[in-house]
Amino acid sequence: MSTLTGTRHVARLILRRDRVLLPLWVLLLAVLPATYAASFFELFPTEAERAAYAAGTARNPSIVALLGPVYGDSIGALTAQRSGFLLVIIALASLLTVIRHTRTEEEAGRRELLGSTVLGRHAGLTAALLVTYAADLLLGLVTVAGLVASGLPAAGSCAYGLATVLTGIAFATIGGLAAQLTETAGGARGIGIAALGAAFGLRLVGDTATHDWPSWLSPLGWAARVRAYEGDRWWVLALPLAATVLLTTVAYPVSVRRDLGAGLLPPRLGPATAGRALSGAFGLAWRLHRGQILWWSVGFGLLGLILGGAAQAAGRSLEGNAQLEEIMARIGGASGLADAYLGATLSLAGLAAAGYGVQAALRTRSEETDGRAEPLLVTGTHRSTWLLSHVVFALLGPVVVLAVTGLAIGLTYGLSVHDVPRELPRMVGAGLAQVPAAWVLAGLAVLLYGLLPRLASVAWAILAVCVLLGQLGAVLKLSQWLLDVSPFTHTPQVLRPQWSATPLWVLAAVALVAAAAGLAAFRRRDVPVT
Amino acid sequence: METPIEVSGLVKTFGRTRALDGLDLTVRAGEVHGFLGPNGAGKSTTIRVLLGLLRPDAGAVRLLGGDPWRDAVALHRRLAYVPGDVTLWPSLTGGEVIDLLGRMRGGLDPKRRAELLESFELDPRKKGRAYSKGNRQKVGLVAALASDVELLILDEPTSGLDPLMEEVFQHWVRRAKQDGRTVLLSSHILAEVEALCDRVTIIRNGVAVESGTLDELRHLQRTSIEAEIVAPLDGLADLPGVHDLRVDGNRVRFDVDSAALETALRRLTELGVRSLVSKPPTLEELFLRHYEADPTEVAAA
Repeated sequence: MSTLTGTRHVARLILRRDRVLLPLWVLLLAVLPATYAASFFELFPTEAERAAYAAGTARNPSIVALLGPVYGDSIGALTAQRSGFLLVIIALASLLTVIRHTRTEEEAGRRELLGSTVLGRHAGLTAALLVTYAADLLLGLVTVAGLVASGLPAAGSCAYGLATVLTGIAFATIGGLAAQLTETAGGARGIGIAALGAAFGLRLVGDTATHDWPSWLSPLGWAARVRAYEGDRWWVLALPLAATVLLTTVAYPVSVRRDLGAGLLPPRLGPATAGRALSGAFGLAWRLHRGQILWWSVGFGLLGLILGGAAQAAGRSLEGNAQLEEIMARIGGASGLADAYLGATLSLAGLAAAGYGVQAALRTRSEETDGRAEPLLVTGTHRSTWLLSHVVFALLGPVVVLAVTGLAIGLTYGLSVHDVPRELPRMVGAGLAQVPAAWVLAGLAVLLYGLLPRLASVAWAILAVCVLLGQLGAVLKLSQWLLDVSPFTHTPQVLRPQWSATPLWVLAAVALVAAAAGLAAFRRRDVPVT
Repeated sequence: METPIEVSGLVKTFGRTRALDGLDLTVRAGEVHGFLGPNGAGKSTTIRVLLGLLRPDAGAVRLLGGDPWRDAVALHRRLAYVPGDVTLWPSLTGGEVIDLLGRMRGGLDPKRRAELLESFELDPRKKGRAYSKGNRQKVGLVAALASDVELLILDEPTSGLDPLMEEVFQHWVRRAKQDGRTVLLSSHILAEVEALCDRVTIIRNGVAVESGTLDELRHLQRTSIEAEIVAPLDGLADLPGVHDLRVDGNRVRFDVDSAALETALRRLTELGVRSLVSKPPTLEELFLRHYEADPTEVAAA
């Protein structure tokens, strides 16, 4: 029996289980670049307009930080840059897909069931990697087809598509390696996302600084450096390819050396009795949520320090350009531009914090389906107490994460403009202003959990719609009522001189009403609903 | 003393599935009551209704004198529950889970906790994810048995335990009974049921098909007879209560209802008996009959 025996069967099992999820993200992410291209054709028909846009974009560090550099003023170059953040999402989807079908399976014990059949030692990992590689490849093919169909040159489109495919594949392999290191799927996801965050941070620093060597170290930076449509440097594609080969040669020996179910890092013994704090629903919820809150705070704190430090350069970069300076003076001078950049950064942090809120609220769902809720609910604890113990963290988490982000940005930005006393409270306030919109998502997750537990994960779809509305709203010229669906549309720009606090109160009220309704519904329904 | 569990005409539906279809169940104070039935018969659903986790669609349910749905919180302080598949939090140790559940229930006996840990040979310092199936069950059992409650509801609690630990479990259930606790024990392990239970209820397709002491249940069953007779066989096949008669020369084999046993034996002795083997129904046969057959047939038998 070869070590790959049965790979085909496992791959088919993965395809069967992901028959909805996989096509969904592949197609959604594949059609976006073509829509960007189409909108650029429409928005900037003349070369002069494109040149002005490209120059403005290249000078705006917030856009470069988020999307990467722009290498020319052709429609292709603009499209490639505009799609920069898609790479992050593709990378994330790829690595989570691999972990979902390796470590999650192993942790749940399903891998053992398969392993007892005629199955080679490498079949599980190989199948998960191959399916994800194939998904990335399909994504690339659809992307290229879409770009060519919208009128872009075939060579550049192929270079761009290939860069996308190889980035996805590299991160899928990172997921495969992360899955070998820890015992838990949560830990593997943590390592994978940390790697993605580090890659993003390196790319961000490299792209906004004067020397771009950090971007060359980041798997997220390579795709842009192919310079699709602007020279098509095919040799750069060797970098993600080499990284994939390297990561694979590390992941496979590790997967063979360890036992089934075990990680590389050995488990340790813990206390034989519970500490004083662990004595009730809230004590338990604190234990279950504290790690997440800590790591999110550390991650966002670090990101905030970097972004806050880079903000002043945003204002500086305009000095000497009379025309732009004049425009900027109208919206509040160089500090106005830095504020716009920081405001955009914080609204992204708001979306991420909403993601925290949703996952913390949906923790209740996995506790219920995994059978951990029942023993607690028959100990004399009120149902509402148990649910509330998780809801509290779904609401407090975004507050902590956003306050830390604002604090970190305020600190480094304040230091760079020599006015910490003014900037620190401003940025903390601007961070906290994102909280109510994030709460709305957490509140909806609680409502779904109480009312329609089987559909609780729809909360993630709602968040995805909000992200898409925020990212694509302007590009697709969607009507205002559609944009108003997203709570994030209503968050006021508190860094501007004039803003109203009313939407914040309304959003917070909506969130609390949704959560209260979810709580009421939960008290009346059967547990568990599986 | 009040009856700890009284269920009559309980109906619970999930969509179109009728999980419980008019179930009756009575558990008397101080007894160990076996709750048996094939997989999917509705045992766990019944237990979840008793625990106030599921809301019944029809029927009367009384638990420790209260309504399990309405008075859930007050009643839960007086009972402990072990599910058939104990799942733990991966990052919490077994000892932490035992203490947490105990504290939430209003405290547990530290001396008994230590005794239980020792007799079940459970290391409380391991993290939840490091325990095997059997050890996870032990965590649930220690947490339940160490608390001072009136009623223990155990849903196939020994799945995954080795025979030695099965002995330990039986010891602790007997001790709980001595302390005056009532136990509802859902189980597939017949030896366990036979060793522990005062009375049993067998359910099938959401209905209780049999309830009583093991002796009472045995009484309803057939005895199988194997005999060598002198005279040629005559007049046995027509006797009411005789089933599956097989004749091989002068050897006969048949099953006979308990009620007809005396008549059948008298007829045999009239024919002259050289040898006789009589086998009472084993517990296995008793249960298998209930598990396999259609409930209406069993009720008629």
